[in-house]
Amino acid sequence: MTKTIVTIVGLALVGFIIWWFFGKHETESEIADVAADNQSIDVEVNGGYSPETVVLKQGVPATLNFTRKDPSSCLDRVVFPDFGINQELPQNETKEVKIDTSQAGEYEWACGMDMFHGKIVIK
Amino acid sequence: MKITTRFWISLILALPMLVEMILMPLTGWMLPGGKWTMLVLTTIVMALSARPFLQSAWASFKKHHSNMDTLVAVGTATAYLYSIYAMFSGKEVFFESAAFVITFILLGQVLEEKMRNNASDAVEKLLDLQAKEAEVKRNGKFIKLPIDQIVVGDELRVKPGQKVAVDGEILSGNSNIDESMITGESMPVQKQVGDKVIGSTINSNGTFTFKAEKVGDDTMLSQIVELVKKAQNSHAPIQKLTDKVSDIFVPVVLIVAIATFLIWYVLIGASVANSLIFAVSVVVIACPCALGLATPTALMVGTGRGAKMGILIKNGEVLETVNDVQTVVFDKTGTITLGQPQVTDVIGDGKRVLQVAASLEESSEHPLATAIMDTAHTKKISFETAENFHAIEGQGVSATLAGQKAFVGNEKLQHDFKMSDKLKSQMASLQDQAKTVVLVGLNDEVIGLIAIQDAPKETSKEAISALKSRGLKTVMLTGDNQRVAQAIASQVGIDQVVAEVMPSDKSDQVQALKASGKVAFVGDGINDAPALSTADVGIAMGSGTDIAIDSGGIVLVKNDLRDVDRALALSKKTFGRIKLNLFWAFIYNVLGIPVAAGVFYGLGLTLSPEIAGLAMAFSSLSVVTSSVLLNKTKITSKVETA
Repeated sequence: MTKTIVTIVGLALVGFIIWWFFGKHETESEIADVAADNQSIDVEVNGGYSPETVVLKQGVPATLNFTRKDPSSCLDRVVFPDFGINQELPQNETKEVKIDTSQAGEYEWACGMDMFHGKIVIK
Repeated sequence: MKITTRFWISLILALPMLVEMILMPLTGWMLPGGKWTMLVLTTIVMALSARPFLQSAWASFKKHHSNMDTLVAVGTATAYLYSIYAMFSGKEVFFESAAFVITFILLGQVLEEKMRNNASDAVEKLLDLQAKEAEVKRNGKFIKLPIDQIVVGDELRVKPGQKVAVDGEILSGNSNIDESMITGESMPVQKQVGDKVIGSTINSNGTFTFKAEKVGDDTMLSQIVELVKKAQNSHAPIQKLTDKVSDIFVPVVLIVAIATFLIWYVLIGASVANSLIFAVSVVVIACPCALGLATPTALMVGTGRGAKMGILIKNGEVLETVNDVQTVVFDKTGTITLGQPQVTDVIGDGKRVLQVAASLEESSEHPLATAIMDTAHTKKISFETAENFHAIEGQGVSATLAGQKAFVGNEKLQHDFKMSDKLKSQMASLQDQAKTVVLVGLNDEVIGLIAIQDAPKETSKEAISALKSRGLKTVMLTGDNQRVAQAIASQVGIDQVVAEVMPSDKSDQVQALKASGKVAFVGDGINDAPALSTADVGIAMGSGTDIAIDSGGIVLVKNDLRDVDRALALSKKTFGRIKLNLFWAFIYNVLGIPVAAGVFYGLGLTLSPEIAGLAMAFSSLSVVTSSVLLNKTKITSKVETA
């Protein structure tokens, strides 16, 4: 009897993991605040990035303000391969990352170990 | 709390439990207070050292993400919570597993962090090479100014032992300059008036003044740092595989762990405690970090090392493509040869031939024209005025001189001019000596020949033979005449010659060669830009302070053909290291997980959670160490003698 219950609980857990991690879940997307000659957006780093997708306006210099709340060393760097940026993110400090918005397109960023991802959309 | 602090806390608290684990089987010594002491010690470890893992795991869980911390948190929390339950229901506890796993993983992270910083900081250090201040001429006097106040056009003075502040051109004086930090060239380079100097190089013996031409972000050093930074953070295509794996890795491991528990407990009928140990071991040994670190760390070290050798590799993609290159195509002028053609013979009425040629070539910027003009100037030959001037691409120039039709160019331009058989045979014999022959025609007749030679660089032969010993096919592409090209090719040992190619057709020729395998094209960044970008790998040879960053996948700072082989060697080494890292990271997980799950229990091979934790900690450490060691490996090349 116990074994049957354990099996059911175990399988239910497997089902939950599959649904939770592989199911379609909406990601947060946010459009940067555009001032006259600058646009900026705050990105919180805590178990991933929020927002995960940042929409920027082409041609306006952009600043992404990363604040790492997460204690994990996994997230201690943010890397933008397309821009050659590898910024260290000390915990609970806000670090500015300047983005060149002259080219429209989608650019990914990732943590230092390439486990967490975020995306900039310039249009 | 810093990782190091967390590590020490967990180590100190886990130590008594470790002592008990070792001493108990031997002497029967027990920890005073028994299970209660263990509970207290482990609770403190969990609360202080392990809390960040739990926080991070929870934060990512809420976002439908998972990472290494998820595994650490699930593994240790399971061991800890089960032990509390077991304690109160009088069963066997394993608090120490949770504490040991945390300790080992933190140890791994402490060491890994050091290594990672080692790997990434090398290039930033390049910028520290810059001079902090310089002597700048202001209001007729040289005064010391911080480097950021120097503007283009300033006159700067450099004394012996001082650093050159920015890029520029020498106005007065001469000296030997150590440029090794930029070009990788170990010998000091002699510089005199008119020569270019590079910022952050070191002046050795003379005093000179120079005009600042590039400052701030435009200097060669800043450009190199920028390029290398981009390369270090770029992605290699091989990473796509790990990207896919890392997306699903952690949830899959959790599922495997649940399956492990169910199989041991339900099917085999092991105790809850034992089944749980197997499941926890699975969770703890699985290491997505090693996979994630395998490529970026090796790329970082490899490209950084290249920069120190004067070899700039643009990104991971280039590095990967280089490994499949089968053919190396060279531009002739300036790449295989010195690019400084000189007139060696003049056939016909020497003075008249040169006069006609010089009159036509006066305004041309063709390298051959420069050679003719130099000779005309040294021989003090007067010019005539040319009218109806026409430059015909890949052929030469024609014009009218005092009412007579005249031309200077190759035999393609000669069509309606008469040429004697004697001149024809003289032309062939000059060409066989690797001399480019320019025909000079006047009034429907070829009146003479000018032979111009552009000697191969001293190092070209060595460089080509090194490439051939790698099993690569070498091809030379040139606009020059077939005979001349062939003669140069046999001097340096090139396999195949494609001659008489119009400048605009070079990229088509490269395209055609691509049919039989991946092609690397070596040329200068300015004239050969289309061919460089057509080739699978464009290797731009630099000279002076302009690095042709946009045109080449690999930029050689030094104008030395042997660096082509070194660049290939370095790329192969780096890519080999990436593959080795990935292999170990995969094998480690592929073998480690079944062992941890107790698949080999029948053979007596099992892993306790603490050993699994130790193994996982050292897997990522070993990958990073292997990458850092790339700095020490020998770049084996046949041209090591340089």
